[in-house]
Amino acid sequence: MKRVALFITCVNDALFPETPKAVVAILERLGYEVDFPAAQTCCGQMHANSGYKRDAARLARSFEQVFGGYDAIVTPSGSCAAMARDQYPHLTGSAIGQRVHELSEFLIDVAGVEDVGAHFPHTVTYHPTCHGTRALGLGDKPLRLLRAVGGIELVDLPAADQCCGFGGTFALKNAEVSSAMLADKCANAAATGAEYLAAADNSCLTHIGGGVNRLERTGAARGPRPIHYAEILASTA
Amino acid sequence: MSTDIVPAASLIPADAPFPKAAKVALGMPQLRANLAHATGTIRGKRAKVAAELDDWEQLRDTAAAIKATVQRRLPELAVEFEKHATAAGATVHWARDAKEANEIAARLVREAGADEVVKVKSMATQEIELNEHFEAQGLKAFETDLAELIVQLAEDRPSHILVPAIHYNRTQIRDIFDQRMGDAPAGLTDDPAALAEAARLHLRRRFLSAKVAVSGANFAVAETGSLVVVESEGNGRMCLTMPETLISIVGIEKLLPSFADLEVFMQLLPRSSTGERMNPYTSVWTGAREGDGPRDVHVILLDNGRTTVLADETGRQALSCIRCSACLNVCPVYERTGGHAYGHVYPGPIGAILAPQLEPGRHDDLPYASSLCGACYEVCPVKINIPEVLVHLRQQGPHEAGERAAMGAAEAVMSRPRLWRAALRAARIGSMPWRRKGFLGRLPFPGSKWTVSRDLPVPPKESFRDWWKERER
Amino acid sequence: MSARRSGPAGAPGGGPGSARDEILARMRTALEGASPAPAVPREYRRALDAGTDVVAMLVDRLVDYKANVHRGAAAIEDALAGARRVAVPADLPAEWRRGGAEFVEDRGLTVEELDGVDAVLTGCAAAVAVSGTIMLDAGEVQGRRALTLVPDHHVVVVRRDQIWGHLAEALPHLDPRAPQTWISGPSATSDIELQRVEGVHGPRRLDVVILD
Repeated sequence: MKRVALFITCVNDALFPETPKAVVAILERLGYEVDFPAAQTCCGQMHANSGYKRDAARLARSFEQVFGGYDAIVTPSGSCAAMARDQYPHLTGSAIGQRVHELSEFLIDVAGVEDVGAHFPHTVTYHPTCHGTRALGLGDKPLRLLRAVGGIELVDLPAADQCCGFGGTFALKNAEVSSAMLADKCANAAATGAEYLAAADNSCLTHIGGGVNRLERTGAARGPRPIHYAEILASTA
Repeated sequence: MSTDIVPAASLIPADAPFPKAAKVALGMPQLRANLAHATGTIRGKRAKVAAELDDWEQLRDTAAAIKATVQRRLPELAVEFEKHATAAGATVHWARDAKEANEIAARLVREAGADEVVKVKSMATQEIELNEHFEAQGLKAFETDLAELIVQLAEDRPSHILVPAIHYNRTQIRDIFDQRMGDAPAGLTDDPAALAEAARLHLRRRFLSAKVAVSGANFAVAETGSLVVVESEGNGRMCLTMPETLISIVGIEKLLPSFADLEVFMQLLPRSSTGERMNPYTSVWTGAREGDGPRDVHVILLDNGRTTVLADETGRQALSCIRCSACLNVCPVYERTGGHAYGHVYPGPIGAILAPQLEPGRHDDLPYASSLCGACYEVCPVKINIPEVLVHLRQQGPHEAGERAAMGAAEAVMSRPRLWRAALRAARIGSMPWRRKGFLGRLPFPGSKWTVSRDLPVPPKESFRDWWKERER
Repeated sequence: MSARRSGPAGAPGGGPGSARDEILARMRTALEGASPAPAVPREYRRALDAGTDVVAMLVDRLVDYKANVHRGAAAIEDALAGARRVAVPADLPAEWRRGGAEFVEDRGLTVEELDGVDAVLTGCAAAVAVSGTIMLDAGEVQGRRALTLVPDHHVVVVRRDQIWGHLAEALPHLDPRAPQTWISGPSATSDIELQRVEGVHGPRRLDVVILD
């Protein structure tokens, strides 16, 4: 049986267990054996992008130690995959990033499937996250997987390619600008009337979802529920 | 009805850290509406004309490689340019810094027997604050580019590289002309064509009688000693053609090896900047030409921090910039704050990597004025990897002690799996009181920066790890 | 490294302590140990697809930029309609001097005289179809730069053999050391709300006459 390692990311480790569970479900459905190396922690992106190169390099080395023995490492995060692929060579000289695949890359480029046999009878709008789309070059891969889902109704997100304003510590250091970007993203998301807003990164979804939640409970607007697209792909009829 | 003119730059504190200045700009609804409208317009135009060329990516690759080559060959190309420009009748000066460039320019103006100059829009002269220097010397510099004229009349500062008055809409421009121009036609409307006509009338006599002009250059061709100015209105042609004396202040990074390289850059620049297939006017001149244009031609080659940038292997790609402004127009941060918040003549993504390098130790806040979304890199015609340089500069710059400690602690936990698991467990237990509610709406600092506009989900009852362990059993 | 200056600030030329030598030294220091320059790929287009109708494309692009386009030498008269005095370079062919206007040869016309004519009629060095660009390089039948700048109406004649599809094809036909003006439509600005409006300081009317 084909064996892959699962890198769940620190954000999912702390907050979103359903996403890595969904990845396990999809991969096993396709006949892969999934390994979860329990010593995994964080790819080091927050440290690298905040300017802490030495800390980031230490985390990169731990990552290499934990995952070094695997030919394929699958992760449900475009930005963590981009971190390993783009920044590890500069930080530690490691090429392990070439073996790290964001889920949609793995499914389409390695497994060669677009229809994973999912069923999700809901309206969904898709936000192409910045690092996934631009740094990793995912293009419309997650969207292609979503289009093959039974019962789904996809709705276009206006100004979809605009950043939601998360940007890691940017959301704290430039909270006002970040909030202004988020307000526009939430307004566009609400305008779709969709039930769910899907994306390839739970960090961005935490941001957008946090904005939507705030708007809803203050009675300002209603918006779609954030959902990682892996959870849609894992749903069956 | 005219309203009073309040220059935007007077409201946004230029010396304040970016987040503070940005907050002020975010609170100016007219400014934000103007910026959103203008950047939205230009984004669409750029995307359309870039898509017309099926070799756009190949052109970008070539342009990036030519610029990288120029940087490696800079000493040799600068000397080659000097040799050919001099042979063609130009006088080439060298200026280590802004002060030196301004002194040379002022001296040349006086030697020409003039006390005023007409100016072609030039970022280099903005950078060295030539107008301010001239004023202190009793010399007058008249901006002739429409947007620069608007900014000068409003006593404001430029807020964009290409369109310095991007933060004003047509009605505000009408008011500025009406109140400040002195010779604005009676009953001037806010029709852009009427405003352009008013600028034509206002500057016509000055163009035809000017003795000295000051310009920058978009490109300096080493092989021929030629300078190139790319423009739209014809004010550039006027300044470069009519006066007896022409002084061009050119950053050393503007060099190109050969004239034929223009076949690359003159496809990329107009399409990236104004979203046109070609700008209305491009002027190329090489020294002086008997009976055609200025007789007394000077070029001031400007360093002003560029050689410092050159020394940084990662950072030097900022010197590839051709000042098209495409990165500003697509930047979600710039679109919402405008240029003044950056507190530097080069705003937006390119400014965020250029300003801290040109003036080391200042503008350390600018590399953080980005969500690293990468839209800038995607449109940059010379493929400057702006997110890469932003991260690089963050890694070079100083860090606040509290943040440093927090990051170090986080790393210490994350690089020890056992501690990491314990921390996750502690977070799950600590957040139990909020589990029913499902979110946290208010956190103490620095989490308060998050909860200013977003809620935070509560850690789950069962982690993925617990689920996995259970399943493996 | 010395910060000492010799002579007046920025006096041209080199010499120890000069700005020139110091900047060149700074460059060399900055580049010590730099990785070598990359090879320059040249994979981009240098011509349009064979069979492209470059004249039709040029016309399309010129019209898009609000230039008026005419075909054939006889149309020079139409292009000049309404102009009483027309400035021309002294070497403008007689067969282009059509219509009832007075043709004023530029043999050192003053600025006031140039400002007083109704139009200027010249040829060009090359034209680029893909961008609608007319290129002047002060060569034959083009005159000096002021001639095509000060009058408010420019009529430019383009021969069929001067029309190139692509910028890369046209550039070799320019004298790189001569003063050049590349013109793409009448003078315009995008400075107000990033919308292009025609007519600022350069000629506000551009007529292009294509000779087949």
